Amino acid sequence: MSILVVAEHDNHELRPATLNAVSCAREIASHLENSAIHLLVTGHDCATVADAGAAIAGIGKVIQADAAFLGRQLPEDMAPLLRELAGNYSHVLAPASTTGKNFMPRLAALLDVTQISDISAVESADTFVRPIYAGNALATVQSSDPVKVITVRATAFDAGETGSDRAPITSFEFSIEQDLSRFVSENLSVSERPELTSASVVISGGRGMQNGENFVLLEKIADKLNAAVGASRAAVDAGFAPNDMQVGQTGKIVAPDLYIAVGISGAIQHLAGMKDSKVIVAINKDAEAPIFQVADFGLVADLFKALPELEQAL
Amino acid sequence: MSVCVDPPWQKRHHCRPFSQGRVWVFMKILVAVKRVLDANVKVRVKADGSGMELANAKMAMNPFCEIAVEQAVRMKEAGQAGEIIAVSIGPQACQEQLRTALALGCDRGILVTAEGEIAPLQVAKMLRELVEREDAGLVILGKQSIDSDNNQVGQMLAALAGMGQGTFACKAELADGRILVTREIDGGEQTVSLKLPAVITTDLRLNEPRYASLPNIMKAKRKPIEQLTPADLNVDTDSNLKTLRVSPPAERAAGVVVESVEDLVGKLRNEARVI
Ligand SMILES: Cc1cc2nc3c(=O)[nH]c(=O)nc-3n(C[C@H](O)[C@H](O)[C@H](O)COP(=O)(O)OP(=O)(O)OC[C@H]3O[C@@H](n4cnc5c(N)ncnc54)[C@H](O)[C@@H]3O)c2cc1C
Repeated sequence: MSILVVAEHDNHELRPATLNAVSCAREIASHLENSAIHLLVTGHDCATVADAGAAIAGIGKVIQADAAFLGRQLPEDMAPLLRELAGNYSHVLAPASTTGKNFMPRLAALLDVTQISDISAVESADTFVRPIYAGNALATVQSSDPVKVITVRATAFDAGETGSDRAPITSFEFSIEQDLSRFVSENLSVSERPELTSASVVISGGRGMQNGENFVLLEKIADKLNAAVGASRAAVDAGFAPNDMQVGQTGKIVAPDLYIAVGISGAIQHLAGMKDSKVIVAINKDAEAPIFQVADFGLVADLFKALPELEQAL
Repeated sequence: MSVCVDPPWQKRHHCRPFSQGRVWVFMKILVAVKRVLDANVKVRVKADGSGMELANAKMAMNPFCEIAVEQAVRMKEAGQAGEIIAVSIGPQACQEQLRTALALGCDRGILVTAEGEIAPLQVAKMLRELVEREDAGLVILGKQSIDSDNNQVGQMLAALAGMGQGTFACKAELADGRILVTREIDGGEQTVSLKLPAVITTDLRLNEPRYASLPNIMKAKRKPIEQLTPADLNVDTDSNLKTLRVSPPAERAAGVVVESVEDLVGKLRNEARVI
């Protein structure tokens, strides 16, 4: 049987996490015989996304479900749509984004199967590893369900490549009339910077930044390093930064080549979101701050002195 | 929003839209509360890999469930709900968390006693049964529990009960017989309008939970807690997902302390080669 990967996108562009989910699917497929990988693109006017998906290495077919009511991917529409398709697949995968986390458990319940959340490794076609307790432990779990509904921790898998081969694109007609949920509005942050979860450099500020204006100090460095800017929960709660910048157990999971934590103490809930980064730098004036225990390079300094110096030196 | 004060003898517990878009005040809210390891406690994996070292560890109500309770209590205080029922599924010790919920303003508790780890699908099935029995107009749960980090139960319950779901909520308000939920999403915020009854899962910024006052803690001791078993709810607690083992994550190699910004930049360029 085949594997279905649900693409993450905004109707125009494929989000990078899709490529990581495809890599995960390829790992699962390597434990199966003759298993193809199909990509599902649901949305509205999303042909460019389907095209982009068709070029991902390892994709045998793209299924495009395109309709006005699918434009926002509401779980009340997505789950019944996926239920119709799921019978043809041994695994259904989606990135563990706020979109995937929203509709995948709903799908699992409709199928009367468990969902396996946020997997970070594949041991076999039915056995997976997932972090629990804010990443303080890794659970190896085995599913005996006929369809495995899985969300994938994007940072734990390499991004799949795109090639010149194109998979065929088929369309899937689906209609449903539900009044359980209606889209009202969206308020999206716009940023010229790389996306937090896929940037190769991230610089994050914590409560030590003192206010939102001081985040400019981080942004200047981010400009030089082509970095994304993140924040601790304390910084978000204090209103220094919007919630979509929160890194951690209950925020975003990042694993860039370089993570710079500035004025962040290093609570386990924050570490849960960044401790798989390749190189971690901590700038904190308190030499005892727990962030230094995970940092490759620690600088004990006042950030208001260190940040302008760092900007100069780059 | 205008509220219609419905005479109690009409027994209309449901929150149903009125023809002029008004809402019944006798809506029941069901909140789910989970007993978990306290968020501030550092936890270790058991040497035999069978689970976590939890013996004698400090337990607490899952922080997201505290936010769910607070939301329900605020809605009741605002005259939008008549009764709040707190439900916990787990060992007898969950009574503690239910008492906390009662001290915070819930009216009564239901404890479904079950030993061991109960998977989200089974929890959702039990809650679905209770939602039906209680004729709840709104269900509020935490978006995830900080132990298993699954983030599933609310969505599963919504599917099983045929309700709309407002997950990762940072704002929720009744409007014209529906509920408007603003959700924290990766790119920012999204608002959806849900038909009632509905399921909401809370994010951290929905509210700041209060502390229970001493008189309310005393009062909570007299509030009823009903005890049920999964069998009473016709749910088999066996799951198709088995935990084979639990292991500690890889340790990071010890780092170095650099003396200056110059030193740091040099190391990042020449040793780590990340800039
Ligand atoms: C259920 C739950 C979920 C959570 N989820 C998350 C999450 O997803 N992400 C997250 O980040 N947190 C999360 N938290 C919160 C977490 O526990 C911490 O409270 C939070 O990470 C602390 O943020 P902070 O490090 O910025 O603030 P603090 O802990 O207050 O640390 C500030 C640091 O700044 C340093 N500092 C101050 N001034 C300066 C200066 N001038 N120069 C240099 N250094 C300075 C201080 O020495 C200190 O170490 C969660 C908590 C709970 C209970």
